Amino acid sequence: MSEPFAIRLEHIWTSFGDKVVHKDISLALPKGEILGLVGASGCGKTVLLREIIGLQIPNKGEIFVMGESLKTLSSSHGKRLRNHCGVLFQKGALFSVLNVFENIAFPLRELGIKDEEFIKRLVFMNLENVGLLAKDAWLKPADLSGGMTKRVALARTLILEPSLLLLDEPTSGLDPISSQDFVDLLSSLHRDLKFTVILVTHDLDILRDLCTQIAVLADQQLVAFGTLANVLACKHPFVQRYFHNQRAQRVFSYQAQPRTQQGQLNG
Amino acid sequence: MGDINNSLKNQPLLETIKQDDGLFQIRLSGDWTLNNLVAMPELIKGIKQSVNNNSSKWDLSSINILDTASALLLWQAWGQKTPANLDIKPEHLRLFALWPKQALPDMETPGFSVQSILTYLSGELTSATSQLLTFITILGQLLLDTGHLLRYPRDVPWSEISITIYDAGVRALGITALVGFLIGIVLSYLSALQLKLFGAEIYIIDILGLSVIRELGPLLAAILVAGRSGSAMTAQIGIMRVTEELDALSAMGISHSLRLVLPKVIALTVSLPLLSVWTSVAALIGGMFSAQNTLDISYQQFLLKLPDAVPLLNVFIGLGKSAVFGLMIALIACHFGFRIKPNTESLGNETTNSVVAAITVVIMVDAVFAILFMDVGMP
Repeated sequence: MSEPFAIRLEHIWTSFGDKVVHKDISLALPKGEILGLVGASGCGKTVLLREIIGLQIPNKGEIFVMGESLKTLSSSHGKRLRNHCGVLFQKGALFSVLNVFENIAFPLRELGIKDEEFIKRLVFMNLENVGLLAKDAWLKPADLSGGMTKRVALARTLILEPSLLLLDEPTSGLDPISSQDFVDLLSSLHRDLKFTVILVTHDLDILRDLCTQIAVLADQQLVAFGTLANVLACKHPFVQRYFHNQRAQRVFSYQAQPRTQQGQLNG
Repeated sequence: MGDINNSLKNQPLLETIKQDDGLFQIRLSGDWTLNNLVAMPELIKGIKQSVNNNSSKWDLSSINILDTASALLLWQAWGQKTPANLDIKPEHLRLFALWPKQALPDMETPGFSVQSILTYLSGELTSATSQLLTFITILGQLLLDTGHLLRYPRDVPWSEISITIYDAGVRALGITALVGFLIGIVLSYLSALQLKLFGAEIYIIDILGLSVIRELGPLLAAILVAGRSGSAMTAQIGIMRVTEELDALSAMGISHSLRLVLPKVIALTVSLPLLSVWTSVAALIGGMFSAQNTLDISYQQFLLKLPDAVPLLNVFIGLGKSAVFGLMIALIACHFGFRIKPNTESLGNETTNSVVAAITVVIMVDAVFAILFMDVGMP
């Protein structure tokens, strides 16, 4: 592959009216990594994610997804690129008029696939992958719990096996068990499918157990970017408060087993 | 754009090689992903042809990327089994092991039967009964609230009432005036053509005055308000359900009917009669304008003759009718608003139902008024 980076941000500036959200953010994420994007609430993490998806355009700077600049992308290439990106929105964003089966089958039908048995096999395989039962397929999104909604949304995101996965707070609102299931699921899928992941999160356990890279946004800038060890060593006051408070210290010191796995992941 | 071809689209390839022993070897290479395969349907055809040719050896070891969906496509093309002579990377082999043991549940296909018709009919009947019950509940709750407000005038939601009067009344002034004015012109022009035939031009004032003040003004204003504010009210309550604002109000012990229904009902009952007068005036101005141009009836003459042509009682009938229209529109809007379930389909359906029901009820009430006051207010 000619492009070693899944995502490249070059001097991104974003502002809403007078409010500056991003000041000159640059970042390059190699393929196959799991990047955790952290920062205080309202510091523009979701905005950055939306810019990478192409839902919002930064005021200045350029974004490259899989080596393609979002600025110069034609609509047909854009569509093609989008099929390679899976996005999991914070609230799942399931289509409320469709049942779980049709929600997951939606990307397949959009590709023009007509073979019902093929769709059925793939949808039920994905349902099983995200830990849902076959009978859940006939439920409507309104009947699902928060955790199930996230799982269905993940199944829909993964059905085309994207090479880049963008997740906005995937474990917010989940109980610790579901949250741990989600981490296990994502790391096993990552092992099999080798996609690149960018996830916005406040969950310290995820940063410890799942992420191979961490980017910290503070004061409208990217103040730290690297492995957990690199970020922990950063002296920026926000990083100090975020990663060295009592709770964070408890999380990061409880690491005997997961840490070795992390080491292997980091290579 | 060359880069996207390199990074995203490493073309999948299918080669058929004839071996020395006379048998065929099928060699697949490149990125076998669903995205690529959908763009190249000839590949799937090629696979199926190769299967039919009883080709002896399948070489999948040069495949760079193989996704689950493509593996499924291949497995289906092979007749739901893997060929005996298969050369494949071990990490790809696992993708073919998934399918044989997959147990597929039966799809729910609702068949056509007498029972399904009965279920449908009983469902419709239950829904109609529940609609009626909830409507009566809203009405009863409204009466209780009114009683409560009479005892505790401090609780009257003045700010909500005034906001709704502004939204549904003041902001509708422009559109009602425009529609009224144009209808006045059209009505006057068409009547003038007929009246000229009989030399009875002066009766244009009777025709316009009576029809506009008694019927058209109130009806036009009501239909416009039902479409404009009725739909907005339904959607507003529906979105409040979706965003859990209704639950938040309940959790704070605030009555939905007192804070949401009552202000809308009072506001529309107050503002619709005013709007109907405004629409009637606009329609009469339009009619006057047209009468002067087509029949040479001056504004002065029109205004002098109007009180004789239309007894004052008609104005009150129009006002009373409008108040009832306003009451019904607000009640129907709220009723359908509370029926909205938290999904987009329901929001659309109930908003449509609300407007259709409101306009139908307005016209039905109008017919009842016409029968009740048949002999009242005629010159």
